[in-house]
Amino acid sequence: MASRQFATFEVDGQLFGVEVHTVQEVLSYNEYTPVPLAPPAVGGLFNLRGQVIAAVDLRVQLGLARQALQGPVMNVILRGDGEPVSLLVDKIGEVVDLDDDTFEPPPDTLSGPTRELVVGTFKLDGRLMLALDVNQAVDTYRATH
Amino acid sequence: MEDLGEIVGEFLMESHENLDQIDRDLVSLEQEPDSRDLISRIFRAIHTIKGTSGFLAFSRLEKLAHAGESLLSRLRDGVQPVSPETITVLLLCIDGVRSILASIEENGSEAEVDIESVIVKIQAQMNAPSDSAPAAAPAPAAEAEAPVSVEQETPAAARPVAEPVTDQRQPLGQILVDAGAAQPSDVASALQQQIEGDERKLGTILLEEGKAQPAAVSEALQSQSPKRSIADSAIRVDVDLLDTLMNMVGELVLARNQLVRGVMETGDSGLVRSAQRLGMITSELQEGIMKTRMQPIEHIWSKLPRVIRDLSNSLGKQVALVMEGKETELDRSLLEAVKDPLTHLVRNAVDHGIEDPEQRIASGKGPEGTLTLRAYHEGGHVAVEVADDGAGLNVERIAQKAVENGLLRPEQIPNMDRRDIMAMVFQPGFSTASKVTNVSGRGVGMDVVKTNIENIGGAVSVDSTPGEGTVWRLTIPLTLAIIQALTVDCGDQRYVVPQVAVLELVFIDGNTTKVEYASGAPVYRLRGKLLPLVRLDRALGLEVGGDQGVYIMVLQADGRRFGLVVDRVLNTEEVVVKALNTRFKDIGLYAGATILGDGKVGLILDVSSLARRSHLAVDSERENVAEKRGQGGGGTERLLVTAVGERRVAIPLDTVTRLEEFPRDRIEHAGSREVVQYRGQILPLVRLSHLLGAYGEELEGDTVSVVVYSEGGKSVALVVDRIVDIAENSTTARRDAEEDGLVGTAVIQQRVTELLDVRRAILAADPNFYSDSMDEMMVEV
Repeated sequence: MASRQFATFEVDGQLFGVEVHTVQEVLSYNEYTPVPLAPPAVGGLFNLRGQVIAAVDLRVQLGLARQALQGPVMNVILRGDGEPVSLLVDKIGEVVDLDDDTFEPPPDTLSGPTRELVVGTFKLDGRLMLALDVNQAVDTYRATH
Repeated sequence: MEDLGEIVGEFLMESHENLDQIDRDLVSLEQEPDSRDLISRIFRAIHTIKGTSGFLAFSRLEKLAHAGESLLSRLRDGVQPVSPETITVLLLCIDGVRSILASIEENGSEAEVDIESVIVKIQAQMNAPSDSAPAAAPAPAAEAEAPVSVEQETPAAARPVAEPVTDQRQPLGQILVDAGAAQPSDVASALQQQIEGDERKLGTILLEEGKAQPAAVSEALQSQSPKRSIADSAIRVDVDLLDTLMNMVGELVLARNQLVRGVMETGDSGLVRSAQRLGMITSELQEGIMKTRMQPIEHIWSKLPRVIRDLSNSLGKQVALVMEGKETELDRSLLEAVKDPLTHLVRNAVDHGIEDPEQRIASGKGPEGTLTLRAYHEGGHVAVEVADDGAGLNVERIAQKAVENGLLRPEQIPNMDRRDIMAMVFQPGFSTASKVTNVSGRGVGMDVVKTNIENIGGAVSVDSTPGEGTVWRLTIPLTLAIIQALTVDCGDQRYVVPQVAVLELVFIDGNTTKVEYASGAPVYRLRGKLLPLVRLDRALGLEVGGDQGVYIMVLQADGRRFGLVVDRVLNTEEVVVKALNTRFKDIGLYAGATILGDGKVGLILDVSSLARRSHLAVDSERENVAEKRGQGGGGTERLLVTAVGERRVAIPLDTVTRLEEFPRDRIEHAGSREVVQYRGQILPLVRLSHLLGAYGEELEGDTVSVVVYSEGGKSVALVVDRIVDIAENSTTARRDAEEDGLVGTAVIQQRVTELLDVRRAILAADPNFYSDSMDEMMVEV
């Protein structure tokens, strides 16, 4: 049976996951440079060992209020397409092995911005994990409602 | 097989370099046909290619190189003189070698390339009757054998890798003569013997004939060898590796800065010393890494002699090339970016700049034109000039063409600087060439040159003197990776402004220097001229701060000058430019990002797009419309100057029907509007102070001053505080305003005065005023 590894994290109490191979690293950082006039989902820029990384506020992408960006915020840094990009999340979870048979498409009742970011649902013990569409999640020009 | 691949790769790379050198040498050889040095060098280079291709079993390449070598050996041995035709054939041969190499690089095979036609030409050249050596013309095949055997006598020189080294060695004879260990005449006769077929080495000849001491010869031989070791110690390094090192050094600098700051706080003198030492080493390391990325501009100039030769031959022109400052160094990536624009400028100069020999003679010049390439450092930049001594640019023709193409209006021409008119050639699709050649004149190119150079943060300009020539000038930053920049504060964030754009800084204390407003559009009087201001906080959509204790950075971009208002200017420093994530390209305001001294990311502002975004662009169309609205015909415009709050607002006089004073108590309200009864009509009022947002103190008079405007039986009244004067205004001093309700600002009677958008004001008073042309209005608003 095919299984995949997911790195999980929480935003607004909901567990999300992305496939482990898309993740470069996870770290907490506390100084972000805001980018005026950038799309609202852009949380800011930060210096990752000399590389300038854009942080995308997953809260905004999900239609929630911005992260305050005061004090350390957890970053899930995705390899991206040639240039790494970070997702700002509330809390980092575990890396989980998930069998494909625990997967289901997103429930029909799920709507709004979250629906567009999610490719499916994994049934974990006691809770549900939404698998993110990585490209959608970092697309800051996506219309946010 | 892997190994073979690598060997072939190295062979290709080395051969490409050798071929470039051969190209250059051949062109020089044409100038000085008697240079034995040049012939030998070309010969050796070809021989190397031939030898290696034989070793790698590229038989066609070997055959072609062999043919070229045969012809060269005849030149070297003086059997045949150097003529332009021989040079052309040899260049053809080199091109053939190049295409074989390209084919090998592409598909690993040399089979496709046609070499026979070239070989036929080479043989024809060798068989061609020649004045200086009519008798000695042995069969080419026999001739071709000779050079090989000569080379084999000196095994060291025959090994491909060692070949270039011999170039850099001082000749043994030279060393001996310089050291006084041998007589010049003896060395000369020994050399003569070698030429005549003596197979012994020079030192051996001198020793055996007792013309030099063994000790002196061995010393001279030793002094030759260190040069060899320098050449041997050079290695090829992958540019990516250098880039990585560069980044890491950048990081190291940051870490050092943080460490030094921390150590200073502890006050431990031992630690402070170590930290300072670390600092010095880091700086030196940074400099060293920077240097590895620098290459002399000669690198991209080296192909130009050939380009010029081919082009001038095909055009029947005579062009001498002069290169000055070819050792000037530039960052590698910049060199790459400059290559094509430079080639274009050179081709253009040969094609259009330099005249035909007949024309030149007719205008009293020598038949041969001179093209000068010049590179030099200039204040943190490298200037590269392409200068010709041709006919120069025809400014009148450019102006005429610019008018034809709608780039300029005829009335603009007389007031324009010559250079500004010349700069029109950088506009897309601009060409003044009367005939289109296959070289240039199609009007593509100069704009591309400009775009390419501007993309790397450089600038291009042209200056020309009729009859004396034209100078194209590229100004290029030293490196892409590191720029000199000013860091500024705006709001609570730090931004970086490239210093190349900064002309001067002005501190605004609010008393002797202050920001003035033209209906919300800030301006500053810089030595009597109005400098439009852009507030950085406003441009970035941040909270807008005050006007006191701020700085104006006078910036120049795209030929426009404007002031950028920032809270604080901190310092100038070199910053390492990091590419910004592609998702921010659309914003356009940022040229990149950098890591600031405190480790935070700072955004580098793109000055020209800042100018564009702030509507500083000279929008001539809009200006035209404004003029048409304001006045019927040409000439100067008469303006009614009024006071509104603390501001001066001018209204074109010919739109004014009457000036009236109404008692304040006659103003009545109709709905949310103020109206007044006037000559049996209901006259809608609009207070300019409200319209323009000038919330000054309302004058507490008993009457209000109004300007009445009528059209098509309808009237409206514009309420002002005071009628000041009637003035004449020439349209040149005005510029576009950045706000609705105004068409621009101008200096009238030494004061900044705003020009009212009358139509707008009328609509504010009576939205149905132009009800007949409602649709048009909707479109326009």
